[in-house]
Amino acid sequence: MAQSISQNAERLVAGGIQDLKASFKIIWRNRVSFSGLIIILVFTLMAAVGPELVPYDRMPRVLDRYLPPSREHVLGTDYAGRDTFAQIVHGSREVLIVAFLAAVLTTTISIVIGISSGFLGGKTDTALMTCADIFLVIPSFPLLLIIVTSIPRVLSALEIAFILSVVGWASLARPIRTRVLSLKEEEFIESARCLGLSKVHILFKELFPNLLPYIAMSLVLAIVGAIYSQVSLYFIGAMPYTSTNWGIMIQTAINDGALINPKVWPYLLSPMMCLVIIQTGFILFLHSLEEIFNPRLRSEA
Amino acid sequence: MMIMQLIMQGYDPEDAARRVAGMVPFVPTDPVHIQYINFLKGFLSGDLGKSILYAQPITMILVYAIPWTAFLVSLSLVISFSLGVLLGMFMAYRRGGILDRIFSLAASVTRALPPYVVGVILVLTLAFQAKWFPLMGPYDSRIPPGFTLEFISSLFYHATLPVLAYVITTIGSWILQMKSSTVSVLGEYYVTAAEARGLPERRIVTSYVGRNAVLPLFASLAISIGFIFGGSTFIENIYSYPGIGRYLAASVPARDYTMMMGCFLVTTVAVVLSNFLADLLYSRLDPRIRLG
Repeated sequence: MAQSISQNAERLVAGGIQDLKASFKIIWRNRVSFSGLIIILVFTLMAAVGPELVPYDRMPRVLDRYLPPSREHVLGTDYAGRDTFAQIVHGSREVLIVAFLAAVLTTTISIVIGISSGFLGGKTDTALMTCADIFLVIPSFPLLLIIVTSIPRVLSALEIAFILSVVGWASLARPIRTRVLSLKEEEFIESARCLGLSKVHILFKELFPNLLPYIAMSLVLAIVGAIYSQVSLYFIGAMPYTSTNWGIMIQTAINDGALINPKVWPYLLSPMMCLVIIQTGFILFLHSLEEIFNPRLRSEA
Repeated sequence: MMIMQLIMQGYDPEDAARRVAGMVPFVPTDPVHIQYINFLKGFLSGDLGKSILYAQPITMILVYAIPWTAFLVSLSLVISFSLGVLLGMFMAYRRGGILDRIFSLAASVTRALPPYVVGVILVLTLAFQAKWFPLMGPYDSRIPPGFTLEFISSLFYHATLPVLAYVITTIGSWILQMKSSTVSVLGEYYVTAAEARGLPERRIVTSYVGRNAVLPLFASLAISIGFIFGGSTFIENIYSYPGIGRYLAASVPARDYTMMMGCFLVTTVAVVLSNFLADLLYSRLDPRIRLG
């Protein structure tokens, strides 16, 4: 299986429009994976141009509290009569930016640590993996809460992303290390070593391209994790108030008695459903990535 | 930090320092490392300071809260683990079938769902709309607490929804892990040999395939306990369940640092302890790694 994965990865990395076409075909043929891609694209588009297209009127209108969904307010209004849909659209940018930054940072940290741990071996390996084990065992969400609340100021998107990645790198670094360890025993690495090629060459030209599928999958997993943690932090009230963040919307709705007041449901359920849909989208996309990189999983040959 | 907070709330600095000193077992104006040592001393003698929010000793609150969380977490862990293992094995035997595909996809999707989304949806549908389950609280307050059948059944009745929420968010990873583990065990020669010897199917499934396939899952049991504690912050909050997660969730918006520290400490100790237990259990179950 390792062989087929690495060959496939090489083929993909070697590039060529044909391969991209082939990967797209795999996604296209599998309707489930394709819907994942569509969901991701829709949300990305919403975050990219949505806030410019959908105006968000912050003016409170007490008479319009918790209006049901109508043509004017697609998802109803919130506790101050503001349009829920506009809040969702404006919030999506923040959610996706932080998630993307956090995912890139997390993946970078786990790649560096995973590869150096697996490639160098010995004491470095033991030290780094002990570190990873410690991070794995500490319950990550309470730890995040403590870190975020002990910084007494408003955090920028990059800072939130950094904190998320510091807490979350361990679970991705471990599989990458395992992968490097098994790749190290493969014949093509061994022959490269026999040829007397430098370590740098082996690392960047032989090892790294074969890790790319795993890195792509870790990136998606990290995005899923970052969206979850970030919205949760806002939901629990660990971050300062911004009226458009999805987590804050859920928090306000629940504090306003959404669990026993059906009038609040549209306001409560729309950020929640967005969360569910976007997470599902990424998971489905992950499935299709697995299929692209691992031909044995493909449904039809 | 707590002093800063009180100063911002309008106390003058000396008064603030005195108030904080009354709440924690160390002198807040000392250098940090001495504060930390004093905090550890206090911890060892069971003194974690006072909560800002509840104005009660943290230890008292925690002693009250721990049993509730332990009850919920252990119950849902047992249910989700055993159910996940059974389903995973079933799917490994029927792999490639339509049921397997649906379950695999569902498992990987529910695994990524935030626990509070599941919790809220369960409350809205099963408790609010259908009225099958109580909305919140750990037990029916009309029944006097005690070892009566009525009270215990009320406990379990009130725990159903929180446990269900935990199970839904955690069962997916058990199913997927068990499935891949079983599939790899099924390819082993000793399974083929057992089949060739004509052993009854039931025996092969339980003591040859099942026992070996479930082993790696015990190793990840400890990590999942940490995950469940993270989720308990939300689920106990939604169901007003008086566990550690509920107190942690209440203390975060109020910036009740002593309370947060206490909750985090208990959570971490619990996770490390269960990690240790899982290791012990693992070495008992798998003779290959038994020490000595």
